[in-house]
Amino acid sequence: MVFTVSLYLALAVFVVGMVYKIATWFTRKVGIFGQGFTTGQRVGAAIRGIFAVIFSAKLGTLLRAFVLDVLLQMRIAKEDRLRWIMHLLIYSGFMLLLFMHALEKYITAALFSDYYSTVNPFFILRDIFGLMVIVGVGIAIYRRFILKVPRMLTNGMDRYAIAIVALIMVSGFLLEGTKMTSYSEFSRMVQDYAGMDDEKEIKALESYWVSEHGTVSPNVKAPFEAEVLDQGYEAHQSNCAECHSPNKSAFAGYAAAKAISPIALALDRVNGTTILWTIHFLACFFGLAYLPFSKMFHIFSSSVSLLANAVMDPIKSLPENIATRQAMELDACMHCGTCSLRCSVSVAYEAKGNKMVLPAEKMAFLKDFAADRILSKEAMAAIQEGIYLCTNCDRCTVVCPAGINLRELWLSVRDAVLAKGGPVFLTLSPFSLFRSLNRDRLPRDEYDRPLKAAREAMANAFPMVRNTDAVISVTPIDTAFKTRAVGTPMGSTFAFCFSCENCTTVCPVVEAYENPQEVLGLLPHQIMRSLGLGLKDMALGAPMLWNCLTCYQCQEHCPQGVKVTDVLYELKNMAVKEAAVGS
Amino acid sequence: MMKFALFLGCNIPARVQQYELAARVVLAKLQVDLVDIREFTCCGYPMRNADLKTSLLFSARNLALAEQQGLNVLTLCQCCFGTLKKAAHLLEEDNRFKEEVNAFLAKEKLTYQGKAQVKHLLSLLHKDIGEAALKEKIRGGFKELKIAAHYGCHALRPSDVMQFDDPVSPSILDELIKLTGAQSVDWSQKLECCGAPLLGVNDDLSMKLTAGKLADAKASGARFLSVACPWCQLQFDGIQKQMEAEGRTDADLPSILYPQLLGLAMGISAKELGLSKNVKDISGVNAFLVQQ
Repeated sequence: MVFTVSLYLALAVFVVGMVYKIATWFTRKVGIFGQGFTTGQRVGAAIRGIFAVIFSAKLGTLLRAFVLDVLLQMRIAKEDRLRWIMHLLIYSGFMLLLFMHALEKYITAALFSDYYSTVNPFFILRDIFGLMVIVGVGIAIYRRFILKVPRMLTNGMDRYAIAIVALIMVSGFLLEGTKMTSYSEFSRMVQDYAGMDDEKEIKALESYWVSEHGTVSPNVKAPFEAEVLDQGYEAHQSNCAECHSPNKSAFAGYAAAKAISPIALALDRVNGTTILWTIHFLACFFGLAYLPFSKMFHIFSSSVSLLANAVMDPIKSLPENIATRQAMELDACMHCGTCSLRCSVSVAYEAKGNKMVLPAEKMAFLKDFAADRILSKEAMAAIQEGIYLCTNCDRCTVVCPAGINLRELWLSVRDAVLAKGGPVFLTLSPFSLFRSLNRDRLPRDEYDRPLKAAREAMANAFPMVRNTDAVISVTPIDTAFKTRAVGTPMGSTFAFCFSCENCTTVCPVVEAYENPQEVLGLLPHQIMRSLGLGLKDMALGAPMLWNCLTCYQCQEHCPQGVKVTDVLYELKNMAVKEAAVGS
Repeated sequence: MMKFALFLGCNIPARVQQYELAARVVLAKLQVDLVDIREFTCCGYPMRNADLKTSLLFSARNLALAEQQGLNVLTLCQCCFGTLKKAAHLLEEDNRFKEEVNAFLAKEKLTYQGKAQVKHLLSLLHKDIGEAALKEKIRGGFKELKIAAHYGCHALRPSDVMQFDDPVSPSILDELIKLTGAQSVDWSQKLECCGAPLLGVNDDLSMKLTAGKLADAKASGARFLSVACPWCQLQFDGIQKQMEAEGRTDADLPSILYPQLLGLAMGISAKELGLSKNVKDISGVNAFLVQQ
């Protein structure tokens, strides 16, 4: 009764959950590529797209992707053999158990007319499949918690996934073992299925079962006489053997039975089999109900993502489908951390302690961002740094086992994230190359905005340079600033400057403007003088800093050996630090 | 037998794959052994504007990885070259930095001792392999092909650290171009920056500088530019195309990566050298090859 009710309840929650999750693929707007389409348009485009693939040569590509990427998971194999083995064990073991054991009534019994779960090969197979899953889960625990794969962070979803699978498997084996030991189970089976009245015969059967099949009886105990066992064996052959292969075939269950035997009788008295059975099916049904909301949803979403990846193209596919794909990709990520492992800027994570630099953590964040959950100021700053601190090297995209086009996702989301929080100073650096290369794919009016915001923030932090009418006081000299500047690795050389203006003369940026002072605030030699005079606001606020090409002409041609470019770099670093604190 | 850890950086594998293709096939013919270190990451160049320390850690870790395998580093990108070499120089000069870096690297069981040398492809070709050995491998070479050599900035300067070539009157790239049979033209903007570092930060300024270089090279009679850095290549290739669409330039001067030029002269096929991956069509260069 409990079983049936909880099964249907779980199924209902599962179905509602699945419908809800899949619906969000068509309703959620992720990043800039997600804007501008109605749900109806996206559904329509998806149907058109799917038909176009099925009725075309692309069907072959799709099938190939299904076999290689979804079933065999070759993408994982390419990166890490151990992880591939781990996942293959968990997933194939679980799937086989699902079809052969959980759905035995509908699948196995339909295919094999003489099926009983306790008959070989099904009996031994069930244990083999279950053991595959347990070994896989063991490797998972080992990798996450003992081996501590670098940059692989574990969150609640990961812990749940391991826990639920482990619970289902372990409860299953314990249940099997308990059933094997259970005296009441034995008695019930004898009563229901063995046409036996003779007490002595029943006792012999019982002794045989205690001796060979792990039953723990309150009545009989080893050692047994040979003729009793013989008689028991005969009775077993007549009454039990048709449905019962030797319990030892289910080696893992049998091992559990042996382990339980010391407490088997006590367990039996409190109806241990029913308790474990309840735990086992409730765990399964909970897993089923919660599936759409948990990491386990990747069974569907990652498969769909891999198929989409095989046939879609960022430029050629319908933009409505790109929007849908990106929403779906957020669910396809199962936080495996392969992207983080291969990330070109991962050193920044350890150096700066910002986990948002790591692609896998960005994905985890995006799930909240797409659901419009409000973020704290600190979280926003972290993700802004993380989303921009990226060289767009493509490694994450190449290695993702779920076929997520991360490069396109970052491009789409980056501008959306930049628009939401404060100024991002990393935009004033070569990290912006990729944004420029993709200028025609970004909204026109949005392109300059983050750069303007960053420059404005700098100007506001160090306003003096803009105020050309202001009278600058050169006393008292800001010795704290000078000391700091001198203390930097290359900064000290500014002291040798004697204002020959050579740096300004050779600067290609200065030469590029009719009125360089207007645009750049201060020219290179003036920045050096400002440093010498301890005028922090001038030196750090000059727009020249952020228009410097770092071509090193100034440093090369300085007759005094002032490391002009390097000093400008130091000033940039100082400006970023101070301006960040202020905003 | 020369053996190097090949440092590709981030731009080449993602956007300028032909540079890697051409370099590998040319170096294979020159019996240079290239080792791939999977754990290499970004050299740290873009990080320098915001945070020198982090940039240094990037560089130091890469150098330590090469050191661990007893290898020197060969870079194709001049920004990587500049960043790694400057980092090595800084760590040599400042012990305090070296200690901090090693404390960080120790977590990964790496150490930085400054043993790994950093070399750029052009230095390898010009100094270590040498003009004579290269000339031997030239199959037909070029005739009447005028090339504008573009040295880039981060390999040349600051010359006291980089020690790549004479900063005011460099000759490595010119000589390398000449040995393929092509002519290296004189042009006044030769040593100027291509503009790439400001791309995305100040596009107008960046493209203005590029346009100036393109116009000058064109006026000097060049048919192609030749570069040895993916940033420069992106600027003169894809960005030039963008600039053409925006009416910022009409020079129509494609850029060929040096190993592509050398490879063609060595008789390697255009396909193997990835010529079709260039955004602006450079197949015209084949017309200048002397048929053998």
